[in-house]
Amino acid sequence: MNGDAREGLRDIAPVMVAAAPIGALFGAIAASKGLSVAEVALMSTLVFAGGAQFAAIELWAYPVPVAAILFSTLLVNARHVLMGASLAPKTRGFSFAQRYLGFFFLTDEAWALAERRATACRVTPAYWFACAATLPGVWIGSSILGAAIGAVLGDPSRFGADFAFTALFIGLVAGFNRGRVTVATVAASGGTAALVHATAGAPWHVLAGAFAGIAAAYLAARPEDA
Amino acid sequence: MRIDPTTLWTILGMAVVTYLTRIAGLAFADRLVLSGRAKVAFEAIPPAVLIAVIAPTALATGWPETAAAAITMVAALRLPLLATIAIGVASVVALRAVA
Repeated sequence: MNGDAREGLRDIAPVMVAAAPIGALFGAIAASKGLSVAEVALMSTLVFAGGAQFAAIELWAYPVPVAAILFSTLLVNARHVLMGASLAPKTRGFSFAQRYLGFFFLTDEAWALAERRATACRVTPAYWFACAATLPGVWIGSSILGAAIGAVLGDPSRFGADFAFTALFIGLVAGFNRGRVTVATVAASGGTAALVHATAGAPWHVLAGAFAGIAAAYLAARPEDA
Repeated sequence: MRIDPTTLWTILGMAVVTYLTRIAGLAFADRLVLSGRAKVAFEAIPPAVLIAVIAPTALATGWPETAAAAITMVAALRLPLLATIAIGVASVVALRAVA
């Protein structure tokens, strides 16, 4: 293994430790919503985006609200566009295939690590694939385990697990905290979503809350925030 | 190995949408130039969406969930993700017990 690959693995190791219980939690909640272990494995393999998967499972019902889930997936993952645009110039040494395969593995964590590395040296394909493409192994494995165990444990609300992903999302939002603008975003989004959920019902609260939050950020922004 | 057809199509749709967001930056890297308020609004998309998704649970389920969400928010500003989740879950279990 070359040095870049080893450094990629070293950088991603703590993320793997943090991702395993979250993956297990995803599997357990998905199983409680009626998904089979095979379906959970398929979603974690093909989608491989924690935030979007948790959002989809929260909306999950039978019959499946397909349009609402796809729209929620698009909204939650829209940030990838900016992240990819920022990382693209730093991967000019990649071949076409390395870029378009490599960017399948784009996550908040691997992106942040690669951006940090780009400030010091070149991001090579060996570094990126060792850092970004090893995470699915942990994510898929832990979500399968969670789905298998979750189905045995039964109702997740008995031990508060139904609240775990509410707590996870609050934790993720704190990671995006930019002070005043974020406070305005959270207040507008949360208030609007709760109101629309009580009146128009799910899944419209996601759309309404998201747009209220984005509008609040637009209005609250001052030149120094950009 | 049960896979429901509608579930399969939903997962495939999610996979396509997600992959497109991941590679869009490669295609538009030199053309997507956001500045000022538009950039701030774009950066607000993740928190706006995440909060909208959990708002009914956090704000309109009952006071234990709302109080636990507030405790979790304070924890999230100081602690790593896993500790935040642990505190959130522990507080909702404790508050539901006294509710």
